[in-house]
Amino acid sequence: MGNHSDDARKTSSVVVTSHEEGKETFPNPGLPPHAPRLTDVDPHKAKSAERQVSLLFVISILGAILFWVAYFGIKIGGEYYDVMNPEPTNALRLQNLLLGLGIAFSMFGIGIGVVHWARTLMPDHEMVEYRHAVSAEADRAEAQEIVETIIAESGIKRRPLLRNTLIGSVILAPLTFVTFLRDLGPADPSVLKHTMWDKGVRLVRDPSGTPIKASDVTLGSAYHVLPENLSSLSHDQGYLNEKAKAVVLLMRLDPSDLKVSAGREDWNVDGIIAYSKVCTHVGCPIALYEQRTHHLLCPCHQSTFDAADECKVVFGPAGHALPQLPIAVDSEGYLVAQSDFHEPVGPAYWERGKHVKEMAGETK
Amino acid sequence: MSHTTVETDYQAKTSTGRIANFVDSRVGLSGIIKEFGRKIFPDHWTFMFGEVALYSLVILILSGTFLTLWFNPSMAPVAYDGSYVPMKGTEMSVAYASTLHISFDVRGGLLLRQIHHWAALMFMLALTIHMLRVFFTGAFRRPRELNWVVGCVLFILGIAAGFTGYSLPDDVLSGNGLRIVDGIMKALPLVGTYLSLFFFGGEFPGEQLIGRLYSMHIMIVPALILLCVAIHLFMVVVHKHTQYPGPGRTEGNVVGFPVGPVYAAKAGGFFFIVFGIIAFLASTFTINAIWNYGPYDPSPVQAGTQPDWYVGFGDGALRLMPGAWPWHWEFNVLGGTWVFSVLGPLIPAGLIIMAMFIWPWLERWVTKDNREHHILDRPRNAPYRTGVGVAGIIAYGTLMVAASSDLIATHFHLSLNDVAYWLRASLILGPLVGFFVTQRVCLALQRKDRELVLHGIESGQVVQLPHGEFIEVHKPLDEYRRYKLVNFESPAPLAAQPNKKGKISFAEKTRAGLSKIWFQDRVVSVTPAELEAAHQAHDENHGSVAASDTKEIH
Ligand code: FES
Repeated sequence: MGNHSDDARKTSSVVVTSHEEGKETFPNPGLPPHAPRLTDVDPHKAKSAERQVSLLFVISILGAILFWVAYFGIKIGGEYYDVMNPEPTNALRLQNLLLGLGIAFSMFGIGIGVVHWARTLMPDHEMVEYRHAVSAEADRAEAQEIVETIIAESGIKRRPLLRNTLIGSVILAPLTFVTFLRDLGPADPSVLKHTMWDKGVRLVRDPSGTPIKASDVTLGSAYHVLPENLSSLSHDQGYLNEKAKAVVLLMRLDPSDLKVSAGREDWNVDGIIAYSKVCTHVGCPIALYEQRTHHLLCPCHQSTFDAADECKVVFGPAGHALPQLPIAVDSEGYLVAQSDFHEPVGPAYWERGKHVKEMAGETK
Repeated sequence: MSHTTVETDYQAKTSTGRIANFVDSRVGLSGIIKEFGRKIFPDHWTFMFGEVALYSLVILILSGTFLTLWFNPSMAPVAYDGSYVPMKGTEMSVAYASTLHISFDVRGGLLLRQIHHWAALMFMLALTIHMLRVFFTGAFRRPRELNWVVGCVLFILGIAAGFTGYSLPDDVLSGNGLRIVDGIMKALPLVGTYLSLFFFGGEFPGEQLIGRLYSMHIMIVPALILLCVAIHLFMVVVHKHTQYPGPGRTEGNVVGFPVGPVYAAKAGGFFFIVFGIIAFLASTFTINAIWNYGPYDPSPVQAGTQPDWYVGFGDGALRLMPGAWPWHWEFNVLGGTWVFSVLGPLIPAGLIIMAMFIWPWLERWVTKDNREHHILDRPRNAPYRTGVGVAGIIAYGTLMVAASSDLIATHFHLSLNDVAYWLRASLILGPLVGFFVTQRVCLALQRKDRELVLHGIESGQVVQLPHGEFIEVHKPLDEYRRYKLVNFESPAPLAAQPNKKGKISFAEKTRAGLSKIWFQDRVVSVTPAELEAAHQAHDENHGSVAASDTKEIH
């Protein structure tokens, strides 16, 4: 590199602050001279640019034709993704592809053509326009005067009775419409307290609906479980709502691995435990059970719960443990619930603390 | 009354003229043409992202209107009876069934769905890049602060439009997304539970939601978007476009091309190019293949699924919050349950968005610069702002990456927990490091500009001086290139100033502190005198043997 001296750099490695007071600046040199393009000076180049542009427009026309050929020419219909008969599926794919490419070419042709036209054949002299203040001081003063005249003529300042009643009516009138929003939904949070689980309700497999014998649940296995009475609900009776709350995971651990707190001693059946499957973070169904570590993992934000330790949160964003469903065995050897959950399932909400207390009272 | 013919002086000669005359004498078009026909727009590739967003919006409205012709937003149950074999007989909502119908039984329906979805992704992407461009070049400064705010509102509306649309097919994935929304709503103090009960018309998922989302998605949100776009464009016309610094450009003018024909042709042509790109993507890349997911059912969930990218930062924020460490982040105080495990992560996401909205005023408060600016800053010439922008990108980017933390962990065989720890660290430290590194990089680039102005471009030509030294010949910049590199300001830090009572308030101290961090290291532009001195030094160095002997070489 050259060996130049730069006074400013000697003063500091970072700061360059020389000559700033009353600093003179370079004058604006104005627009650089216009450099003509090839198409400006050579008529042959201009002619060939013209041909290129029309070629692009022709491509656009061909694209549109391709679209119609695909739309009317390819017969779709039949049974898709039927392994015995893959043709309709392929035809659908092909049609989708060709329709899209047809549109793409018809658009690209026009777009690239017009842009090419603008770049090569339309004048490329830069032009200058002057800015004006958004609004002039004089205008502003005049506008203010007009507004004041309007206010004075309306008499709103002189007649406070008019003004006050107007304010009142203008506030209340829109509220009539806001009131309609009240019936968007019920306003009783206590619906969140209960699920379909109840004393004696059998645990059935999801989705087959078959009841589960305690002896079927081998050590280390896990089941997705629903309450048996759920299937009696129709869609209109809120089947999905109830299902969304009642889903349960059933696992069997070695009883000696289980940590059981006071009051929950009889909630498991010989190491078989049932917990709500609704994540206590923001409600995703928990789908993953890792048998070796006894950890349950929510796929949405990776909250991890320890099944051996009453599904306490061991990692991730969930704020409280999964609620446990107390279970027992009925006379035929099938697993049943002892009661509903003893706390609300799913994510926490404003009234949850209150509900937990109330529910503890109910069960005692 | 007597019949008189109205005499006009203007007699059109061409047929275009006659049509124009007809229209103008009835609706007064000539004023509009006079105003816009030759209006000047500056041309720069970074100015096109706003256009792309606008064009994507047009494509969204077009394709969306077609989709409404077949889509049925009902949650009533039906047993599927269409052409897609694996779903035959499955109970599902009418909304899901009609989406399958569009995909399999309407010719080109699948393409329309995919065009619509790709256009939505493109809309948000272009919108985001446009905002970054406006931010990094300082285009939001007076008089354009309000238009910046309108742009921020559009960003939020875009997310709302995207999310409501994503949820309409009522498939397992979107249903889970809604379930997460339910959980977030419930976490809001005091009103949360009611909000959720009202939104879903009772408990999740209810019977009402898809219809409600539909009216939001096709009516309320688009109407608001169009309103904001109209205001946005109106303000662009009022303010005229900004321009980059350069020869011939001043705060008082706009240099560029007239709308008709060049700018209109380029911009109009560009619309078709954007449409072409979206159609191409839609025909070749399958997106949101809802038939693979199945209808909504509260029981199953798929691991490793991804939301659309623009909601990723929210999802990532949810993931990074430790819910039960070092204590449980749910407190029962003041009459209710405070769900900080969910509210906590809303804070950084909310802060980023808040900072975005108020940035023009924040910057003005620190710099005390209340002048109008129509000439943009080159990002390097505003190291503090560029630093803040990069810090914001890192924070946002970390949250977005966090939304894929499980995929990262499985793909790179890392422990999920470790990925989360690293991302938490990066969320806190990343923006700080990003700010300072970027600021340094900008200062370095500014110094490079100074070098260029003072000593010219390395020509690659090496010559030997009479005394044997080799030097590379530097070619001085021409005045046009030079002007681009010297035409900027470099404000010094503004020390805290006492108020009328002679006291220095806490706010003023904070302001001065920020001003110091932002401006204490700075590089000023070359002055004509400096350039003159540098030229003389050149001549001496290269001319006299004695001088070059005494100089150290660096
Ligand atoms: S919903 Fe389970 S971790 Fe978020």
